[in-house]
Amino acid sequence: MTDWINVILQGVLVGGLYAMFAAGLSLIFGVMRLVNIAHGDLIVLAAYLALVATQTLGIGPLVSLLIVVPLMAAIGYALQRLILNRTLGEDLLPPLLVTFGLSVIIQNGLLALFTADDRKLDAGALEVATVRLVEGVYVGLLPLLQFAVAVAVIAALQFVFYRTALGRAFRATADSPDVAQLMGLDNRHVFALAMALSLAVVAIAGVFLAIRADFDPSIGPARLIFGFEAVIIGGLGSLWGTFAGGLVLGVAQAIGAHINPGWQILAGHVAFLVILAIRPEGLFTKGRA
Amino acid sequence: MTTRVTFASRSSRVGMTLCAIGFVILAAAPAWGGRGDLQLLAQIYAYVALASLWNLLAGYAGLVSVGQQAYVGLGAYLLFAFGIFGDVPLLAAIPLAGIVAAVVAVPVADLVFRLRGHYFAIGTWIVAEVFRLTASQVSVLGGGSGTSLPASLIIAIAPTRQLRDFIEYWVALALAVAVLLLIVLLLRSRYGLALKAIRDSELAAICNGVDVRRTKILVYIVTAGATAMIGAFIFLQRLRISPDAAFSVNDWTAFVIFITVIGGIGRIEGPIVGTIVFFALRQTLADLGTIYLLMLGAVAIVIMLAAPKGIWGVVVARLNWQIFPLERRVVAEGAPQRPTS
Repeated sequence: MTDWINVILQGVLVGGLYAMFAAGLSLIFGVMRLVNIAHGDLIVLAAYLALVATQTLGIGPLVSLLIVVPLMAAIGYALQRLILNRTLGEDLLPPLLVTFGLSVIIQNGLLALFTADDRKLDAGALEVATVRLVEGVYVGLLPLLQFAVAVAVIAALQFVFYRTALGRAFRATADSPDVAQLMGLDNRHVFALAMALSLAVVAIAGVFLAIRADFDPSIGPARLIFGFEAVIIGGLGSLWGTFAGGLVLGVAQAIGAHINPGWQILAGHVAFLVILAIRPEGLFTKGRA
Repeated sequence: MTTRVTFASRSSRVGMTLCAIGFVILAAAPAWGGRGDLQLLAQIYAYVALASLWNLLAGYAGLVSVGQQAYVGLGAYLLFAFGIFGDVPLLAAIPLAGIVAAVVAVPVADLVFRLRGHYFAIGTWIVAEVFRLTASQVSVLGGGSGTSLPASLIIAIAPTRQLRDFIEYWVALALAVAVLLLIVLLLRSRYGLALKAIRDSELAAICNGVDVRRTKILVYIVTAGATAMIGAFIFLQRLRISPDAAFSVNDWTAFVIFITVIGGIGRIEGPIVGTIVFFALRQTLADLGTIYLLMLGAVAIVIMLAAPKGIWGVVVARLNWQIFPLERRVVAEGAPQRPTS
């Protein structure tokens, strides 16, 4: 029994990380109908930036967030302003192909700079610290911290979206770009800010990913897929739905891995396909994918 | 004054004549080329076919898939399964693999068509991942490390290595020509008219009575079957299969997308031009390894931003050439020809 409680608990905690992968994806889709195929590779890029920061400055991975988050946000702003804004329009093809090309460029650029070796960020004693919930059920302090950060990120995004002028600009541009422009908003700037925010979340997700497990330049696309699955499982257009979708995915993978280690990822995909088959609008919304 | 509709133009007549001459020269390649030449040409034909099929999906039906490796790998695994367990002759297993893959594509289409636009793209990718992970669980076909074709099956194709090389080469050429022919015939049929309408404006197509969903599903299924046949051939030539190679997103989707974008998306000549450029670059720059891929990605982005219709799009805009007789033209006797589609 405690065995299964442990499995589900681990799944929920990992699910927090998946929710962070998903939140950035969901944010930019909501604002500008753009699906960023390079999303996963940007997560890995953030992990490598943190690696460089910790190695050259001798700081811990969590402190490196102070550098990596603003840096990724700046990259996001520039990327949107210089390249991605030019791809937006009626046609679906240009944004897909350009972000797909970007994904290949980031992967191979990282491969050329850092080789295909496995890397990991060292968080010291924090990595092995555990908390005992009840007899037989222990939780790592790090997964717990990661989960708390995920909740905080979603709550912060929710706040920005519904309680600030920036969030109003996001929602206005999403509803009707033309009218938003007539009301004096500069859409190109608003979109660039949305991408900056998305990549700030990506930076946090990337650093936690890099503390939790080994990474190499090729693991980006799988993170994109996890994030995407969380978005669809949760249902489009709801940040807390996306969060719940991440938890469902995490639990499905944990159960799969517990039955057979080879089934971890497959179980997550199957859960996604089952939900797509029986409830394509997602578990937690009334909208339609 | 009488009018009639014709597909041919002067450039397409010249184009088709050149194609026929080219076909004869290429079909005679075993007489003039070495073993390496034949293998390289067969690879080129396979990519022309894969890129043409992806172009049909994305360029005409607006279905941007990044998961066509699902069908390349499925076709390849079906070929190995039919050969090893069913003792089916390998050349006969190729069309068989295509048919089974098309059948598999029916329920898959039902699932992924629930996702729209961008999300469709990632949905197809997940399907390919499911196929790959499932293949690595099939222990009778070697699981994650894969398996090889037994020598007895290969010898059954033809007794000598040289004859096998020739036969494989002609199969590759026949597959590529068949795919191009299939696409030309499809585009000249009423489905083709519907597809072009969808490509130009989905809303206008619906208003004119086109059943958009049905047309798209049809294209998806046909493409899946044909892609699986090409996949079966590629791994027949390689003799060895593994899940990572068969379901590689880089080899069967990234390259194919770059080829189509560089050559010109939404035009049948595009993938052919793109494949020639791709292989010319590969032969000269392949030593650069990862840098080569990086450059390819950058070139595709620049083309998408600066000339979204690709190399052939520029040729058409400047010279109004078309090699394949696809555009409907209304010809009035005594009046100049005007393109209408």
